[in-house]
Amino acid sequence: MSFLRRVYIIAWKDVLLDLHTRENVTTLVFFSALILLVFNFALGPDRELLAQVSAGVIWLAFLLAGMLALGRSFLLERENECLEGLLLIPVDRSAIYLGKLGGNLLFMLVAEAILLPLFAVFFNLDLWAALPRLIPVAVLGTLGFAGLGTLFSAMAVHVRAREVMLPLLLLPVAVPVILATIRSTEVILRAGPWAEVAPWLQLMAGFDVIFLTVGVLVFDFILEQ
Amino acid sequence: MRGVWSRVSITGSTTDMVDVTGLAKVFNRVRALDGISLRVRRGETLALFGANGAGKTTLLKTLATLVRPSAGGGRVAGHDLLTEREAIRARVGMLAHGHHLYEELTATENLRYYGVMYGVPDLGARLGQTLKEVGLEQAATRRVRTFSQGMKRRLALGCLMLRNPDLLLLDEPYVGLDRQATVLLNDYLLQVRARGGTILLATHNHAQGLALADRVVVLAGGRVALERQRGEITAEELRQTGLDPEGGHG
Repeated sequence: MSFLRRVYIIAWKDVLLDLHTRENVTTLVFFSALILLVFNFALGPDRELLAQVSAGVIWLAFLLAGMLALGRSFLLERENECLEGLLLIPVDRSAIYLGKLGGNLLFMLVAEAILLPLFAVFFNLDLWAALPRLIPVAVLGTLGFAGLGTLFSAMAVHVRAREVMLPLLLLPVAVPVILATIRSTEVILRAGPWAEVAPWLQLMAGFDVIFLTVGVLVFDFILEQ
Repeated sequence: MRGVWSRVSITGSTTDMVDVTGLAKVFNRVRALDGISLRVRRGETLALFGANGAGKTTLLKTLATLVRPSAGGGRVAGHDLLTEREAIRARVGMLAHGHHLYEELTATENLRYYGVMYGVPDLGARLGQTLKEVGLEQAATRRVRTFSQGMKRRLALGCLMLRNPDLLLLDEPYVGLDRQATVLLNDYLLQVRARGGTILLATHNHAQGLALADRVVVLAGGRVALERQRGEITAEELRQTGLDPEGGHG
């Protein structure tokens, strides 16, 4: 069986688990919606202010919720020592990383797709006009964040204070991706020119390649005792 | 994966299933393994005895490539322990303390997942057959979290039976088994022996270990303290290594 098929099966297993429990997507959606709601009330109806902060608020909501999903990613492998079962599978360990990343990415993107319309309503935005340009930003930003988060989630799985450890490790290193995602979203929402978005997209793509390459290369060492 | 399987057939003619020398493993300055050398012939059943912390589990995990040795090396199932770890995993099956089952998946989904990942041929037919063999065909669509501990152990055994590995590494396999599952495990181990499979069994249950094994190795402090053929080992020798010859249940 091919490497890619195994990657797919690992990701599909996580999706199947979530289809049974509905924990990940439900948590992501409700947590993000709650953050949006709180900010909506806190900021009030000031359109100018909303336009200034909306890009930051939406990504704050997505990333904080995403961190919950990333934290759970390897936690569910601890039960019954499933991680050991996963490590016994005759495949390069990078397949495990890519499979878990695939699952995490899917959960986050599904949650974002559900929440974007809600975000448009709360912040009074013309979503349809911005959507074609928002999609590559969302995909690249989420890929970078999930790629790094999956790696750190695996590192934190054996640590006692893993709930604290994951954000402590993840957020500082993910700053370039977070910054690029928010800045490019801000340009798109104020209907700025594509030339302003492109450099941020290039930055995101560059960091995505770096994060994923590092993940593939070091994952075996991270999990091995 | 084709490469892995082709290597299996080429190297499958060696007589030793395990041939390791000077294996050492240090965890945070604690030497869990301290220079273990061990040979297990193809088709042999070896019982590993030893007190808690003697190194039994670490040795099995090292042979299964879950733990990378700090020193030493050798060959497992004809493959180099340090450089051909993926090929070793294709031929080794492990039954350990955790049963590696996903609680929120059904019995069939768990079996299918491991079956696909190990590239089990004719998986569709094998699933039903395996569930029947472990007596769980009526529970096939139930989620594992609704299973009793004994049912979970039977399903874990089913995962092994599905792929019939050449080398079985069993770490306290009788713990948590109900009567039905114990009979099932014993029958399976006899089948494995009959088809020439190799078994390494780490247990505190000395009576069970002696009943199954061709040879006994006692570990103490991460070293081989005693090595005897089954008929040669005496109660006095077991006592001298700090073990109870009557063998408590682990």
